[in-house]
Amino acid sequence: MSKVTTMEEAIKRHVRDGDTVYIAGFTHLINFSAGHEMIRQRKRNLVLCRPTPDLVFDQMIAAGCARKVVFSWAGNPGVGSLRCFRRAVEHGIPNRIEIEEYTHFSMVARIYAGALNLPFMPLRTNICSDLPKVNRNIKFITCPFTGEKISVVPALKPDVSIVHAQRSDENGNAQIWGIIGDQREAAFAAEKVILSVEEIVEENVIRRDPNRTLIPDFIVDSVVEEPWAAHPSYVQGYYDRDNDFYLEWDKISREPELVEKYLEEWVYSVENRKEYVEKLGAGRVLKLLPKRFYSLPVDYGFYR
Amino acid sequence: MKYSRNELMVVAAARELKNGETVLVGVGLPNLACNLAKRIHAPNLTMIYESGVIGAEPSRLPLSIGDPCIVTNSKSVCSMFEVFSYYLQSHRVDVGFLGGAQIDKYGNINTTVIGSYAAPKIRLPGSGGACDIAHLAKRIIIITPHQKRRLVDKIDFLTSPGVLEREKLEVKGKGGIKVITSLGVLSFNEKHGELVLESIYPGVTVEEIKENTGWNLKISELLKVTPEPTTLELSTLRSLDPSKIYI
Repeated sequence: MSKVTTMEEAIKRHVRDGDTVYIAGFTHLINFSAGHEMIRQRKRNLVLCRPTPDLVFDQMIAAGCARKVVFSWAGNPGVGSLRCFRRAVEHGIPNRIEIEEYTHFSMVARIYAGALNLPFMPLRTNICSDLPKVNRNIKFITCPFTGEKISVVPALKPDVSIVHAQRSDENGNAQIWGIIGDQREAAFAAEKVILSVEEIVEENVIRRDPNRTLIPDFIVDSVVEEPWAAHPSYVQGYYDRDNDFYLEWDKISREPELVEKYLEEWVYSVENRKEYVEKLGAGRVLKLLPKRFYSLPVDYGFYR
Repeated sequence: MKYSRNELMVVAAARELKNGETVLVGVGLPNLACNLAKRIHAPNLTMIYESGVIGAEPSRLPLSIGDPCIVTNSKSVCSMFEVFSYYLQSHRVDVGFLGGAQIDKYGNINTTVIGSYAAPKIRLPGSGGACDIAHLAKRIIIITPHQKRRLVDKIDFLTSPGVLEREKLEVKGKGGIKVITSLGVLSFNEKHGELVLESIYPGVTVEEIKENTGWNLKISELLKVTPEPTTLELSTLRSLDPSKIYI
C-alpha cells in the first residue's frame, strides 16, 4: 500500500488527543501545514515538543490544542516575544498549560537519546543554573569511570514526529540540506513519523545521492507531498523565511481577538495547504524565491 | 565622524575578538560585532551558529540564527546535537556571545522569568543555548544596553552562570567574562571578586554609569576611555546594517 497521502489523512490517522507530538525543524523546515491541520481537526491535550516552539506552537496553543509544552527557547526568533505562549503561561488563556523547559543542548540531547534508544544522555551543562530546581527531569549523576558530577536528561520518545524535507521518493527516503537541526533525531526517536516534502521525486534521484538521505523509508509511516508546508518558515533552496509574517504575528498575537480572526481566516476557513498558498498570492510567494545557487556534483563512481 | 553609543558598543565588542578564534554568534548585535571584526582585524574568525552552521559567510544581515543566508557559502553544516557536543562541549568555542534581561555583578544572567517561576510577572524566552554556552565557551562576552533594570543587584532566576559559578565547574571554560554596555565595558576583577568598570565611552561620566547600574559598581584603578570608532570601523559597521535594524 502506498504511504503517500494528504496532510488531513496523515494527521487523522496518526495523531490522537493526548499524544506527545514533536514538530522538528530549527528555524528551517518547520511544518506549519501539519500544525494548521491539527488546529483544524481540533486535536486536544497534546504534549507539544520542540526546542523553539516558534509561531507554529504559538498558534496551536492559542487554538487550545496544547496541554503541555516541552521546549528550550520560547520566543519569536529575531523578533521578540511569543505572546500566545506567554498568555497561556502568565494568565491561563485559553487554558493553563504545563511547561517543561531545558537548555537547547539538553533538549537536543533528549531527542538524540530517544533516537539511540538509550534511557538518558549525559552532558556538561545545567550544573550552575536554577533550571534543575524547576525541572526535575534534569538530574545529576557521578560518572562511574571518572567520578565527575555530570548532568543527565531523559530520552524523549514522541508518539508522533512530524518532519518536513526538501524531497523524498514515494516510500519516504528523505533528503535534507541546509540546517538539519533535529530532523533526523526526531524521526528516529518517534513511534510514528509523518514526513512531508516539497516534492516527491523518483527513487533513482535519491539513490544517485545517498549521502544526502537523512531519513530512510522504513521508519516513515506517511508521506505527504506538500509544497510550502513550512511557510512562514523556510526551505533551503526553495523559499526564504517570510520575515514580514513573523513581524506581523508580533502584532496579531498581542490581541486574542486578532489571533481568533487570523485562525478563522487562515486555518479554519482554509481547506488545505494548497488553498493557503493560493490565498497568500503570487506576489508574496514570488518575493520569497531565492536566486539559484547549485552545489557541484560529486562522483560516487560506478563499480563493476 | 559622529557616532552613537550603540555603534561604539558594537565596535567595542568587535575589538574583543582575536584573529583565528572561533566564536559562537548570536543574532543581532553579536552578529554585527563578529562580521565587523572579520572585516577589520580578524579575517580568520570562524563564525559558528547554534543552528549548526560552521564558518558562515552571510551575504546579507541574518534575521535569525537559522537564516538561510548563513548556510549558503558556509564551511560546514551539522546537526544541533553535533554543534553543541562536537564544538561547544569539546571546548572548540573560544568566545560565546550572550545577552540577558537581568545581569548581576558576577555576570550571572537571567533570561527565564521576571518574578517567581511558578507565577511569573513576565515569562521570558528561556535559556536556549545560553546556559550551555555560559558553561562551556572559553570566554563570554555579554552585550547589553546599560540600564538599571538590566544590571541588577539580584537576578530573579539564574539561567546562565557568571564567572564565580563557572569557577566551581570541574570541567570549565577558562577565561573570563566581559560585559559590553552602551556606556562602557565591565570586566571581571580578581581582587574585587566582581565586575568592575574597566573602560568608559567618550562623553560618558562615571556618575551616569553608576546611576544606571543596580549595584554599587566598583571602578578599576586603571580606568580607561574607550577609543572612538575609526572611520573604517564606522563605515564598515554601517554597511553591514544598511536598513539600521540593529544600530
